[in-house]
This record gives sequence, structure tokens and C-alpha cells, in this order.
Amino acid sequence: MDICLRGGRVIDPARGFDGEADVLIKDGVVAQIGKDLAVGSARVVDVRGQWVVPGLIDLHTHLREPGQEYKEDIATGTRAAAAGGYTAVCAMPNTVPVNDNRAVSELMVRRAAEAGVVRVYPVGAISKGSKGESLAEMGELKDAGCVAVSDDGHPVMSSELMRRAMEYARTFGLTIVQHCEDLTLSAGGAMNEGAVSTRAGIRAQPAAAESSMVARDIELCALTGARYHVAHISSAESVRLVREAKRRGLPVTCEVTPHHLSLSDEACATYDTNAKCNPPLRSQSDVDALRAALVEGVIDAVATDHAPHSVVEKDVEFEQASFGIIGLETAVPLVMDLVRTAGLSPSDFVRRMSTSPAAIFGLPGGTLAEGAVADVTVIDPDAAWTCEPAGLRSRSRNTPFAGRPMKGRATLTIVAGRIVYSGESPS
Amino acid sequence: MSTFPHRHLLGTEGLPPADLLTILDLGDRFLEINERPIKKVPTLRGKTVINLFLEPSTRTRTSFEIAAKRLSADAVNISGSGSSTVKGETLIDTAKNVDAMAPDVVVLRHAQAGAAAMLAGRIRAGVVNAGDGAHEHPTQALLDCSTIRAHKGRIEGLIVAICGDIRHSRVARSNIWALRALGAEVRVAGPRTLLAPGLEAMGAVVHDRIEPALEGADVVMMLRIQKERMGTGLFPNTREYSRYFGLNERRLSLAKKEAIVMHPGPINRGVELDPSIADGPRAVILDQVSRGVAIRMAVLYLLAGGEAGESS
Repeated sequence: MDICLRGGRVIDPARGFDGEADVLIKDGVVAQIGKDLAVGSARVVDVRGQWVVPGLIDLHTHLREPGQEYKEDIATGTRAAAAGGYTAVCAMPNTVPVNDNRAVSELMVRRAAEAGVVRVYPVGAISKGSKGESLAEMGELKDAGCVAVSDDGHPVMSSELMRRAMEYARTFGLTIVQHCEDLTLSAGGAMNEGAVSTRAGIRAQPAAAESSMVARDIELCALTGARYHVAHISSAESVRLVREAKRRGLPVTCEVTPHHLSLSDEACATYDTNAKCNPPLRSQSDVDALRAALVEGVIDAVATDHAPHSVVEKDVEFEQASFGIIGLETAVPLVMDLVRTAGLSPSDFVRRMSTSPAAIFGLPGGTLAEGAVADVTVIDPDAAWTCEPAGLRSRSRNTPFAGRPMKGRATLTIVAGRIVYSGESPS
Repeated sequence: MSTFPHRHLLGTEGLPPADLLTILDLGDRFLEINERPIKKVPTLRGKTVINLFLEPSTRTRTSFEIAAKRLSADAVNISGSGSSTVKGETLIDTAKNVDAMAPDVVVLRHAQAGAAAMLAGRIRAGVVNAGDGAHEHPTQALLDCSTIRAHKGRIEGLIVAICGDIRHSRVARSNIWALRALGAEVRVAGPRTLLAPGLEAMGAVVHDRIEPALEGADVVMMLRIQKERMGTGLFPNTREYSRYFGLNERRLSLAKKEAIVMHPGPINRGVELDPSIADGPRAVILDQVSRGVAIRMAVLYLLAGGEAGESS
């Protein structure tokens, strides 16, 4: 069915457009944008007072399928994505088995076609089994649909292997995504090292465990010319290094999670395992630096690092709990907070949530240009709601934002011209 | 008797001085029971205390057990090796099973920080933290305060130097909170590998050599060096540790003449503490142990809801 989104504020930084307009969607593409469009037989949706933006794209999602469907699967994870306003998610490779070969990638693509409601782009592994020993079959991974490679959660410790991975990935035009953490520095650290970890007596990892690897990788990026993307950047020092690398003209980008923009390590002081994530929540001055860097543009994108875990992994002692926070359904309000309080412009909100993610991995979408695929999100920037874990669509409930008042949410999510989420009702 | 408005004792952090003093004063009163020929009062008759010790401990467990028994409570010990936790049961499940047997107080020793706090919100019994990872060990700090007060007549205005492995020490943390609340100056000292960020924010003055910490101190508290930390990059070996961070007569002479020397035990003789000091007149280490029983009696009494007036 054709759809006309009537009277919304259309924000499309890719075309430099921000103004009130109708958006007519026909045959799965953006057919026309303008005032008072003739709609013919199209279904008209009144979106006055709301934002109409290119569909949000998450560069960093853990869908847990195959292998850990008790935490999440492609059906539940993509429904959570749709409810959060996402039209596409990039599925990280730490599945069971690891997505280090064509067969797993193809399975994910097929399952997404069968059971998914938003686009799913697999991210392949850098090394076999993500063990950091030998290269994965990146050529075949790309042919099977992978849009980038990463050993997420298992940082590539060997500088030599990282160098070769960058060279080889560049050969196939794949971006290298690194979870930066020097495992010898972070070993055993369940939270950020600082005054809070000392007070709580929790074993901790210093922010330098991240930034030292960012520094190394930037040098390898300079050596190899590979496209390099820092996953879930978390510290002020890492941001400084990325800013410098960009000044040098290196092909470096980075993403930040909504939770690292919203919470400091104080959230761990009560041993709330839902605040345990990796990289860990950092100090307030790191949070401030991340917020400023997102506004400034040194941080290119927001990515959720949606990491579902069941109570089996979370209802245990803090140091024993698994790392991870679910993020797909709370990203919009948490980033919207920067629009209200940190000077993030609405068009930069869209840039960080859609336009830049599309550009970083070379994905379709990220714009509402006429003729573009109709992946569209409608956001009510002022919608007030409360985060109730029981009401989330993810199969898991591990959010540190339970009970927190939120402002802003997706009200309509459209993928290829089809409504996959509308208001409170699941698709 | 003052009231004690808490169901649990999870730490000394945030405890107001009045509550600390309630425990210390009651501990002083219970001390006398331990001197009697018949060391038992009926105060907690019919109450049940479960010592859930999921990390090895002899001294603290024995101290709690004796404390419970001297108050006529029924005391049951569950230790890590004999419990179902080795069969893969979670801490919460173990605690809920224990709780279903209706104990009045569960005393928990656990290797991980936050374990006692986790239980406190989930079970009906009162919870006493008998040491959770590197977080807190409140009854140790209380017995230390009790010992200091007995020997010095006060705590306010004293200079207390805590030396050794501060980073991994729950004893240090609990003592910093309690001693600061009671008005002492607290200095912590150790090699930088055994310090941690944010100790200043807890109210301590931080030194990386022990000499400046000892200067003019009224109380010297030496912490046990865990030999398993040796060679892991935290310090080279016990010989060098002893040479630069051990307490000997020469270093002790920097403290006040009448300074007392404390140690939470067990001591590594000749490593953090010279044997002549451990056995010398200024050491109050065994007094700490004796007072530990009385302090734990006071804590169990306050949490298990003994009737006021029955204690004497």
C-alpha cells in the first residue's frame, strides 16, 4: 500500500533539507516530497508535529541467532529494532558458531528474510572463531552479505594480525570494526577503574585499556590505509586520538552507545548488573567528553551495542555477570536528550543515527531523496513515556534504564514502504 | 540502650557515628561475658544464625559462631566447599534456600564485592557482611575501632596509619569509613601498585611510602600481604616488600611513643610485620581477636532483635 506522511517535519541532512513537507511513498520507494501532495489512493498518515527522517541504522547489534536464541533471535531483535525506530541493524558475529564463514552469514541473511521485520546486515569475523590467530574468509563473507568485519568482544591483540587484517579487508573494501581493549590491561576488570570502583571494591579496568589500543590501531590504519571504525568509543582520551587521526586525514570513524552518553560508572555503585557493559561506563568527565564529541562530529554515529542477556547471566554477583545492555528501544530518547540539553541539532541527530551509519558501512538508506528506498522513521520528539522492561519487545530485559522517564520515541517505522511498527501496537 | 535502625550490616560506609557508637558501646558491655566462667547468656535463645561462608575463613567464621553461641542463638555453618554452590547453584538460590529455613540472621562471607548487598534485598533474614571481595568487612572495622578506643580512650583526633595492600583490602575500606566517621585522621600507605584511585575521596590521606604515614601516628595498622600477589607485577617479592614496606622497630619509632600496632590477621611474620613487634608490648593483635567476639555479639544482638535489657 502506498503511504503519504502528511505535514511532518522532514529532516534529511543528506540533501540539506529540514522543513515541513509531505512524503509520498510508492512501490517501496520515496516517490515525492513536497507541500500538499496529491495522494491518490495512498493511505494518509497525519504526522504533524513529528519528525520524518530516513530510517535509523544501527551499526552494532547482537541478535544472538544462531546459538543463543534464549536471549534474543532475529524475530524478536528486529521487532525491538522496529519499535525503536530502526529500519536496519548490523548483526555482530559473536554468534554460536561465530560468523566467520559464508554458511553462517547466509543462514543469518535467510533467517532475516523469513523472520525479520527490518533489514539485517551481518558483520563477519576478522579472524577464525574470533580467536585472533588467523584471518577469516573475508572475501566469501562479503559475497555472503557481510558489510564489515569485526572480532567484537574479542579485540585483535596481535598487532601483526591486525595489520594483515587491515590490508586484507581493504582488498575487499570492508571496514574493520574494532572493540578496543588491551586485554592484558583490562584483565578481570568488571567496571571502569576510578573512585567508584575503589569504593565498591569491584575489580576494574582503566580507560587506558581502550585508548592504548585505539592509538595502536590508528598507527596501523596509517600504515595500511584500511577503513577503520572504533566500536562503542567510551573515553575522553580515545576521542582525542580519533580527533587527531581525522585531522591527519586517516579513514577513521567511530561510534558511541546511548548508554555511554547517558550514564557514568556511578550506575555500577549499587552493583546493578544491568549497568555492567564492556567497554564499561566511564567517569562523568568521559561522559561529558563523549557528549561534546557527538555534537562536534568527531564521533560519527550512535550505535546501540544492543546486547541481550537473560537473568541467568545477569541475576548473579556483579563480577560474575555478563557484560551488556539492551539498547534498541531506548536509543531515540537517550540521544534526543542531547538535542534538548547538549546543543545537538535535529539534523545532526539524523546524521548520527542514519546518514553517517549508512555511509560508514556503505549501506542503502540514510536519505529521503526521491527515488531512494523507502526506509523511513517517524519520531515524536516530545513523547513522554517510562521505560518499563516488561513492555520492551526484546526477549531480554537487561536495561539500566528501568523506570526512567523518557522523552521522544519512534511512532512509525517503515521498511521498503511497508509499515513494520506503528505506535504501541506490535507489527 | 540506643536503637539501631538497620535490618542489615552491609558496610560501615554511610553509617552515622551514633550507630557505630551503639555497636561499640554494646560490644564493650558484652566483653565482660567473655570473661565469665560460664560464657553464655540466654539473650538470643530461639534465634537462628546461619554463617554462610562461601570463601575460606577460619578466624571470622569461628568468631561469629562463638558470638552466636554465647548469646544462646543456634548457629549453623555452611562453608563454600560443603555447600551447593560448587554444584552450580547461584548465590541467590543458595540464599533463598537458606532463608526458607527461617534464620534470623545470615552472615555472609563471599569472594565478590556486592554479594551481601545482593542478598539483603532478596531474603527475609537480616544480613551481616562478613567480607565481600575487596568491598567491606564492617565487623573487622568495628572491632578495630573498639580496640583503638579501649587503648586510647577515644578515636576522635587520633592519627591512624593503615599500611600495605590497600587496593585489595576490604578491611582498609571499612576502617576508612568508620574511623573517618568517628573523627580520626586516616592515612593509607603502600606501593602505588597496591593503592587505588579515589582513596582521597573516601577521606584518607594517601602516601606511597609508609614513613610519612607513620610520622606521629597513634595507631599503626598493618595489612596482610597476600603472597599470591607476588610476582604478578604488583611487587617483586616478599624480601623487597619487607625491606621497603614492612614495619620494623626503626620505622615504628616514627610513630608516637605510645602508638599501638594492629593487624587483622593472619600475619606474615617477617614480611609486613617484624616478629619482635608482633610479639612486643605495643601489639594489640590478640586483643583485636578477643574484641571481635564481643563486637559480633553486639551486631547479632542488634540485628536478631534481642530484647533490650536482657543483654546483661
